Parts: sequence; C-alpha cells; structure tokens
Amino acid sequence: MSKRVGLEISLAIAEAVKLADTDMIAAYPITPQTHIVERLAEMVAEGELKAAYINAESEHSAISLCVGSSIAGARTFTATSAQGLALMHEIMYITAALRLPIVMVVVNRAMSGPLSIWGDHSDVMGERDTGWIQLFAQNGQEAFDMTLQAFRIAEDHRVLLPVIVNIDGFTLSHVIEPIEILDQTELNKFMRTFKPKYPLDPRRPLTFGAFAIPEYYMEAKKQVEQAIFSSKAVIEEVWQEFDKLYGRHYTPIESYKTEDAKILLLTLGGIGETAQTAVDEMREQGIKVGLLKLVMYRPFPIQELRDACKAAQTLVICERAMSIGGQGGPIGFEVRSAFYNHRTDLQIHDIILGLGGRDVKVDDFKVLVKHASEKKPKEYELIGVRE
Amino acid sequence: MNQEILDRLRMDDRFPHILCPGCGIGSAMNAMIRAIAESGLTNDDICIISGIGCSSRVPGYIDADTFHTLHGRAIPSATGVKLAHPDKEMIIIAGDGDLLAIGGNHFIHAARRNLDMTVILINNHNYGMTGGQYSPTTPQGKRAKTAPYGCVERAFDACEMGIGSGAVFVARSTTYHTPHLKGLIKQAMKKNGFALVEVISQCPTLYGRLNRMGDAVKMLEYFKENSITVSQVKEPKDAEGKIVIGVLHDIEAPEYYESYRKVCEHAQRR
Repeated sequence: MSKRVGLEISLAIAEAVKLADTDMIAAYPITPQTHIVERLAEMVAEGELKAAYINAESEHSAISLCVGSSIAGARTFTATSAQGLALMHEIMYITAALRLPIVMVVVNRAMSGPLSIWGDHSDVMGERDTGWIQLFAQNGQEAFDMTLQAFRIAEDHRVLLPVIVNIDGFTLSHVIEPIEILDQTELNKFMRTFKPKYPLDPRRPLTFGAFAIPEYYMEAKKQVEQAIFSSKAVIEEVWQEFDKLYGRHYTPIESYKTEDAKILLLTLGGIGETAQTAVDEMREQGIKVGLLKLVMYRPFPIQELRDACKAAQTLVICERAMSIGGQGGPIGFEVRSAFYNHRTDLQIHDIILGLGGRDVKVDDFKVLVKHASEKKPKEYELIGVRE
Repeated sequence: MNQEILDRLRMDDRFPHILCPGCGIGSAMNAMIRAIAESGLTNDDICIISGIGCSSRVPGYIDADTFHTLHGRAIPSATGVKLAHPDKEMIIIAGDGDLLAIGGNHFIHAARRNLDMTVILINNHNYGMTGGQYSPTTPQGKRAKTAPYGCVERAFDACEMGIGSGAVFVARSTTYHTPHLKGLIKQAMKKNGFALVEVISQCPTLYGRLNRMGDAVKMLEYFKENSITVSQVKEPKDAEGKIVIGVLHDIEAPEYYESYRKVCEHAQRR
C-alpha cells in the first residue's frame, strides 16, 4: 500500500529514483542538491537499490559518466544545481543529440556571481536550448511523481530524450511535506522495463558521437526538434495513465480559478503555491484574477498557453530569471512570441522577482495584480529591488 | 606581533567567521598570516586566491587583494593574476575537493608549468561545505555522506601528485604543528616556482564525526601522535600509517614566467 509520510522533498526524490529501479547514479556534491544523492548513496550501500553509485570528480564528469552508462543501456540518474549544471552545459547538448533518456533533478539555485546558494531559475534557463525535456514541480508530491514520470517519458521509444525535473532550491528541496510514496507493487503498474533502443553491444557494434558535415548537421538537429515536439503527446499520455492509476492529474499548464479571470498570473515552480494563496485572497475581495502554472517548459506548450489566456485581458508573468541585456526574462520572450501574429490585445507584463533566494510573498502577487490592472505594461520590470 | 596579525584581518566587518567550532582552517590561516608577516611582506605585496569550499572562505577575512573564484578554478585565476602582476606573491588556499577533484587538472598542469605561486592545500579529507561527501583524499574505508559504509576509492596523496606533476617545492604539516607549518609556508613563498604545502586538518563536524574520531582536540592529538618528520623515515615501512611532515621535495627548475621572458627576448633579438 502507498503511504503518506512526512518527508524532506530531496529524500522523496531519492525514494522515487529507488522505486524506478535506477541502474546508475553519478553526481558531484553541490548545495542544495546533495541530500538527494547522499540518500541514494545510502540506499545503494544498504542494498535497498541495486545500482552503481559514483561520486564523480566534477559535474562535467558526472554527466559524462551518465552519458556512458546510458549508452550502455543502463537507467541513469543524476542531480545538480547552478554552477554544477553550468559545468555540464557542454554535454547537455550532446545528451539530447545522442537521444539518451537520462533523468536529472535540477535543484534550482542562482548562478554566481555574486556567489549565492539560494534559489532562482537562472541555472536551468541556460539549458533551455539544449533539447532536454523540462518539467517544473511546485511541491514535494509533484517532485516525487515527476521523477517517476520522467523515466517513462524519457525512455519511451517515441521520445528518447533526457528529462530535467526542476525543483526550487531550499524552499522545496529542504522542506518536509506530507508526500504519498507509492509502493513498489502499485508502481509496477506504471513503470516499464527500460529497453534501450540502440545500446552498445559487442554483437551489434555501433558508433556514437559521429561527425556531421554541413550536409547532415541540420537534419540531425531537426530530428531532435521533432522528437521534443512529438514528446508532448507522450507526456500527456503518461500523465493520463498516472492520473488513472493514482488519481493525480498533470497538465502542461495548470489553471487555477481562470474561468472568468480578466487578469492571469503565470508562475513556474514553488512560487505557484504562494500565488495560489494570493489568488484565493483576491477572489474573496471580488478581484477576477486567476493563475497559470507552467509545468511543462520544454517542449513549450504554445497552444495550451494561447487557449488558457483566451478570455483574459492581462497576463502577468512572474519569473525568477533574467536575460541580462535582453528584453526581460526568458519566459517573457517565449510568451510574447506565442502571442505575436496571434493576438495583439493581451497586455503582457514581464515581472522578474525572487532572484538569488529573495523571498516572494503572497502580498507581492496582490501588488502585481493591482499594478497590472492600473498600468500599461513596460518591456519588463524587476520588483523588490532597493534603489 | 599579535596586533600586527589582527591588523592584517578584516576584523571590523568580516568576523565572526563562518567556520565550525574546532575547525582546523583557522589554525592554517593563522600560520599563513604569520608566515606572510615574518617574510616581511605587506598585505599589498600579496594576492590570495581561492575556489569554493570551507577553506576558500579564508581570503575574505584578510585585508589584502583577494579573489574568491569558482569551485576548482583558483589556480587558473591565480595564473591570470600572476601573469598580469608578476611582482605579487601569489598564494592559493584550497581544500582537497576543490584542488584535487574538480580542479585537479589545473593543479597538475600548474605544477608542470612551474609558475611562481604557493598553494596551501587544507586537506580535511571530505567536502565540508556541502555536508561531508567523500573527496579524492578520503582514505579508503573511511566514511562520508556519500560513502556511509566506507569509501571504496583509493585516496590521492596530494604531495606525491605534486612531485609527480613537477612542483619544485612540496611540504606537509598539520594543524597541530602550527609553528612548523608557518616555517614551511615561509619556505614555499620564498621558492621561485610552483610550491605546495599540504596541511592535514581536522573537520570534527563532518569527517571526524562520521568516522568517530572524537572532537577537535582528539583529532589534533591524533595528528600529534601519528606524525613523523621526513628525517625520521629511514625506510618506507617507517611511514606506513603515519603522516610524514616536513619538506618532501625541493628542487630547482626554470620558472615559467622567467623562461617565457627569455624566449621572448631571444625571439626579439633575431
């Protein structure tokens, strides 16, 4: 039987990796990701999880080890944060291009400098063009569920792409929440045996990482692009099956009280729950506001976003990353592009907040909604910054 | 003397420090500052560079030009500073994970290149700042957060690695032998070329606790009782299970910047 337990979210993720019967785990220590891999090290040593575990000499090595084990046909997991993810950057593209179904939990943390160990999404936004599927969890249950779902999605032969599950550093990773941990028998209804499509095998020699001349490079990229866009249907299929088995519903964009909303907030990750509280309180005051939570960031759910905003007049994007020297934040670019040539009357405010662990409070969303209902949008705005 | 030491620190705004009670890094930092002072160097003559980790927090406490770089990147950053300011005494302070794992490649290549710098490696046998995972110097069989039943990997001997990579001066001491350590750092700074001083240090909060080694005092007593000097080692078996302290390697080899200047001068004479 599944049981609902109070568990630190990092440890719940380790449980999910164990339940998924992962074969190989490689990681390098970095705050705030370490609790996940420390717990996994313990599980491997104690025989709870039959897997290979290695503390690599850097994140560059950790992800390279993962590439190797995945090519050899092993179910592979890693986790990292911030600088660690940036150090993996070179191999991130290769992982997607080689179509390796590696699962990684990124415990989101601000990029240095200044040196910060606290949360924002600046780390993972650097990986947006790599070809990895990206999901954002807003609480412990989602983090646990998505880690399991990630293996199903990644390893589906119609997909074969690596998946990142994002969780906010500290505000999620180090928080204890009640989480329903599925038991193995129940989970076995959902999980599949990993059948690598092209594993290294001496009886059937293959080469990986081949050179592509200009006559082939674009076709190879096009294949990754097609794979990630067609993965959307598979992700939704996996989510429907998960819902049917365990009663938890996932969608590319989660809508909250949006039916008659004139103003919509858009969030990623843990601040979604804070925004939800703000929406409840504003609704009590009669303000017609709703909330969209972007769960699937890659592939970007363009049509779902357009549909979700159909009845709204104003959209307030609340994002924890910034493209310095650009036109605001990466989500802002993408959302505005989704409406360009499609709809010109939607007022889009791109708000950058909560960088480097700066607290985002319920009242912040109320101020944003008030502000957005009174003023025309600027290109973008940073809020909560001292002059 | 003590006032002079205090004057070299940023007592007004950076203290109290972040190190755990009983940590050995303070002792190593103390020895380093005394070595700098006794060498007749002012804080303007030096530049202290670190990566990321517990020991990498040291430069921030010193009232000199200091640079807290990225994890593993102290040596390449110091190389850049040294090439721009060849007259400055370059001191790198790093932990075992920082210098030998993620920055291991930089370490061996800097030693090979032999640019004049002093590397103080504070070896506490684990990654302290991230919570006690095993590092490249965790002895085989010892516990760490990612090796809860003992580390299966063999540990690096940082000094042997330095010698093998071409360092011209290699020495080792412990946080128990602080006057001895100070003397080694002075020698290392005086040496023209890549000099390494390994400081065996205690981490009672993590490595010590995970391996039931007692508190900081117990760990220091262990260093005291298990250290032997280089001259006491008559044959290899004398060193077994011991911390060999003193100057392990001291040779002469062309320093990088000087060699490079000579090549340029030669090329320009043609």
